Amino acid sequence: MDGSFAVLQGRRGQVGAAGDAALELACGRLSLPGSVSQRACVFCGSRVVLYPIADAVHLVHGPVGCAAFTWDIRGSVSTGPQLHRLSFSTDLRETDVVFGGEKRLYAALCALIEEHNPRAAFVYSTCIVGIIGDDVAAVCRKVSAERGIPVLPVQSEGFKGSKKDGYRAACDAIASLIGTAEPDPSAYRGETAVAKSPFAINILGEFNLAGEAWMIRRYYERMGIRVLSIMTGDGRIDEIRGSHRACLNVVQCSGSMIYLAKEMKERWGIPFVQVSYFGVDDTAEALYSVASAFPEVPILAERAAVIVAEELDKVLPDLRSFRAELEGMRAAVYVGGAFKARSLVKALRLIGVKTVIVGSQTGSKDDYRDLGELCDPGTIIVDDSNPAELSRFIRLMGADVFIGGVKERPIAYKLGIGFCDHNHERKIPLAGFEGMVNFAREVHASATSPVWELARSKGPGYGR
Amino acid sequence: MTELYLKHTAAESPPREALTINPAKTCQPIGAMYAALGVHRCLPHSHGSQGCCSYHRSTLTRHYKEPVMAATSSFTEGASVFGGQSNLLQAINTIFTLYDPDIIAVHTTCLSETIGDDLPQIIGKATAEGKIPPGRVVIHASTPSYIGSHVTGFATMTRAFVDYFAERTGKRTEALAVFPGWVEPSDMAELKRLLESMEVPYILLPDTSGVLDGPMTGYFEMYPEGGTKLEDIRRMGDAKASIALGPFCSGPAAKLLDTKCKVPCEILDLPIGLSATDRFIDSLRRVAGVAVSERIVKERGRLLDMMADMHQYTYGKTVALAGDPDQLCPLSEFLRDMDMKVKYVVTGTPGKAFEARLCELIGAGEEGDWRGAPGDLFSLHQKLKAKPTDLLIANSYGKFIARDEDIPFVRFGFPIMDRIGHSDFPYVGYRGAMRIMEKILNVLMDRQDRDAPNESFELVM
Repeated sequence: MDGSFAVLQGRRGQVGAAGDAALELACGRLSLPGSVSQRACVFCGSRVVLYPIADAVHLVHGPVGCAAFTWDIRGSVSTGPQLHRLSFSTDLRETDVVFGGEKRLYAALCALIEEHNPRAAFVYSTCIVGIIGDDVAAVCRKVSAERGIPVLPVQSEGFKGSKKDGYRAACDAIASLIGTAEPDPSAYRGETAVAKSPFAINILGEFNLAGEAWMIRRYYERMGIRVLSIMTGDGRIDEIRGSHRACLNVVQCSGSMIYLAKEMKERWGIPFVQVSYFGVDDTAEALYSVASAFPEVPILAERAAVIVAEELDKVLPDLRSFRAELEGMRAAVYVGGAFKARSLVKALRLIGVKTVIVGSQTGSKDDYRDLGELCDPGTIIVDDSNPAELSRFIRLMGADVFIGGVKERPIAYKLGIGFCDHNHERKIPLAGFEGMVNFAREVHASATSPVWELARSKGPGYGR
Repeated sequence: MTELYLKHTAAESPPREALTINPAKTCQPIGAMYAALGVHRCLPHSHGSQGCCSYHRSTLTRHYKEPVMAATSSFTEGASVFGGQSNLLQAINTIFTLYDPDIIAVHTTCLSETIGDDLPQIIGKATAEGKIPPGRVVIHASTPSYIGSHVTGFATMTRAFVDYFAERTGKRTEALAVFPGWVEPSDMAELKRLLESMEVPYILLPDTSGVLDGPMTGYFEMYPEGGTKLEDIRRMGDAKASIALGPFCSGPAAKLLDTKCKVPCEILDLPIGLSATDRFIDSLRRVAGVAVSERIVKERGRLLDMMADMHQYTYGKTVALAGDPDQLCPLSEFLRDMDMKVKYVVTGTPGKAFEARLCELIGAGEEGDWRGAPGDLFSLHQKLKAKPTDLLIANSYGKFIARDEDIPFVRFGFPIMDRIGHSDFPYVGYRGAMRIMEKILNVLMDRQDRDAPNESFELVM
C-alpha cells in the first residue's frame, strides 16, 4: 500500500486493499497519540455490554462525565424494568480524589439498593478510581454481604487498554453471576410452548437495539428451542445466573462476548457457535448452525429450513424492488467490529451495492484477511481510521452511501452522500430477515434522497 | 402510559448526598473542547484516555449535527504510571504532521490531573525539541472533571486563550472584547449582528459560528472558516473595554484581561429575554459611546408587542427549569417579565453565586419553590411528581420527565439531541427572546387545545 491512498505517516500498515497478495493489517495497535481516532475506551466497552441488563443498577464510580455521557445513549429496549435508562454516578469531587471515594461509593450503593431494590448492582471503575486506588471490590463484597444481592465490580478504568478490554471486564463480571441459580421454567418470558424444551440456548452479544433480540428469540422459539438468557439485551439477572444450563451458546458480535463464550465452555462445557444476524444469508446461516449443534434432532434443521423459506418469501419481493433502485451504488462501511463489517458487505451486495471502503475500530488480523477475501479487488480496507482519512477515501472511491456510527454521520452528509446508522443510534431493527428489509429501506431512503441531487446543483449564480 | 423513570421510586426519597441520578451537568473537558472549537484553525486536544475525547465528540456531534474534530493523548496503563509526557509529546508531533492546525488547545482530564502531569513543562519541552513548527502554538487549560462542571471547563479554556495570547501594546483601540459565553453558534452570530448594527467594533471570543453551523459544500473541512482569529485574540489586550456575558462562562476570561492588560470589564447576564438584553445594549451604548440603532429599538418594540399580545396566556403559569447558571438567571427573569412563576430551578453546576444572582433577579422563592444548585434531574422529577408545573424548560433529557408527568416541554440548553434549530436560530437578543416566547406559547397553547372540551375548543386564541 503506498502513496496512492495518501495514507498518513504512522498509519501505514493499517490500510490495505482487497486483492493485495498478502493483506496483513497491523491492527490491534493502540491508536497513535494525537490522532483524531473514532475509538473509545475500556469503560465504554464495559458500559455498552452490561448496560442493557434492565433489572440491575449500573453505578458509575467516578466524576460525573462518564455517567452523563453514557446516559441512555443506546436504544436497548426492555420489556419491563427501565432501571438501565437512568444514570447513576458517585460524582466524585476533589476531596474524594484526595481522600478516596470508598465511603462515597458505599453510601451511593446503599442508597441505590434501598431505593430501587435491584436484582444486582454493577459498579464501573473509571480512570480516576484506578489512580486513587479505591478498593472497589472490597466495597462491593461488603455491600453484597449486607444486602444479599450480587454487587459486581467492573474493572473498566478507561486507560487500561482498548474498548475490547472493556468487553472482557464486562464478561468477567457476568461470568461471576453464572451458575449461581437454577433456571425457573415458570418464569420463562418467551413462548410458553418452549418453556420446558430440552434444547436450551443462550444468545450472547445481542443487545436488543430497537427490539432486535426479541425478533431473534422468536426465530429460535419457532424452531422449538428455549432461550434461557439473552446477554445482554433486555437482560435479567436471574436468567443470567441460570444460563449455565444451556446446551449451546450462540454468539453474535464476536468482539464483545467471545470471552464469555470461551469461559462458559471451559467452566460449564457449553459449546458455542459464532453467528451474525445481519443480512438474510447470515441470519439463515445462524439458524442452521444452531440446528446443527443438535444433530440427534433433525427436526430442528427442518424447522429452520421452513422458517428461512417463509421469511425469505416475505422479504425477497421488497428486497428485489430496493435492489432495482440501488444497483450499482457504492458504499463505505466503518463500524466498531469487523464481524459486523463482514455481514454488512454481504448484505449490501444482496441489494446491489458494492462496498468500496470497509473498516472497523477493533478488527483483528484474521478479520481483515477475511474481509479482503470477501470484498471485490481494490476495496480499501482500514483499521482504526479517522475523519480526514475516511473523507479522503470516500472522495477517492466515489461512495454513494456511508454505513457507520454517530461521529461518521455528519462527515457523510458534508460530503453530500447518504448515511445509515448501524450502531447505537439505529431506531429500527436491522437484524434478521425483517431487519434486512429495514436496512435496505434505510440505505434507499438516504442514498436516493433528492437532497444529494440538490446539493450537486450549486445554486443560483454559481460560477457566474 | 408506563412511566419511564419514576416507576422505580417514590416522589420522595431520603437524602442521597453521595449519589447523583440523571445529572444536570457533565464534566469540564467537553466545555473546554467547545470553547476551543470557536478559535480559527484550532484543534482541541484531550489529554487523557481515548474515551473522553470520543464521548465529547459524540455529544457535540449529536447536538450540532456537525463533524467535531479533536485529538486525544490516548492514555495507556504505562502513561498513567509514568506520566503522560511522552504521549503528549508524540501527540503534538502527530497533530502538526497530520492535521496542520495553527493552534493545539490541550485540556486535561481527571486522569492527567491526578497523575500530576505538568502541562507547561511538557509544552516547554515540545518547544525545546522543535516539535512545534514556527508560527504554531500549543496552549493548555487545566480542566479536572472532579471540579466544577462543563461550564467551568468552557470558562477555563476561554480564559486560557486570553492568558496565552492577549497582549497589551499600549495602543488602545476602539474595539470591544466581547465574551459571548457558552451559547449556540446562532447566538454568536446574533451577537455579532447586534454589535454591527450599533457600529461597535468588536472581537468575539470564542466564536463557533461558521464552525459548528457549517453549510453543506460537498467537502469535509477539518477547519471551517469560522472561529476567532489568533491575531484578534492578541489584539484583545488593546481593547477599549470588555463585556463578559455570563459570569460563570465569561467572567474569568474578562477578569484576567482586566488584570493582565488593564482592559476594564463589565460582567453581565447573558442577553436572554427583554431585561437582560436591555442591560447588554445599554452597556454597549455606554462603553462604546454609540447610539442604540433604530433597528434594535424596533426589535425591542416588537418583542414588547408580542409580550403584550400574549400576556393572558403566560399569566400565572408555573415553570420548572433545568440548565446552566448563565442561562437560567436571565431566562428566569424573562419568565417573570412574562408574569410566569418560576417554581423549580436546578443546575448541576456548583457555586453560590448562582443562587444569589437568581434571588437578585426574581426574588426569593415562595413556599414550596425549590432551587437545587447543585442538583440533578431526578430530584427535579421528584419535585414535579409531588407538585407539577405548567411548563418544563430543559435540555433533551427533560423529555423523559415531560412524558412521565405530561408537562408541556420546551427544549433549551445543552445538549439537545432530538430536535433541530438551536444552531441556526438564536435565543439571545430581542429577536431571540421572541423565539423563546414562540416556543413557550406553542407548547402551552397546544396543550390548551389538546385538553379543551369540544365546546370550548377555540379557533381564535
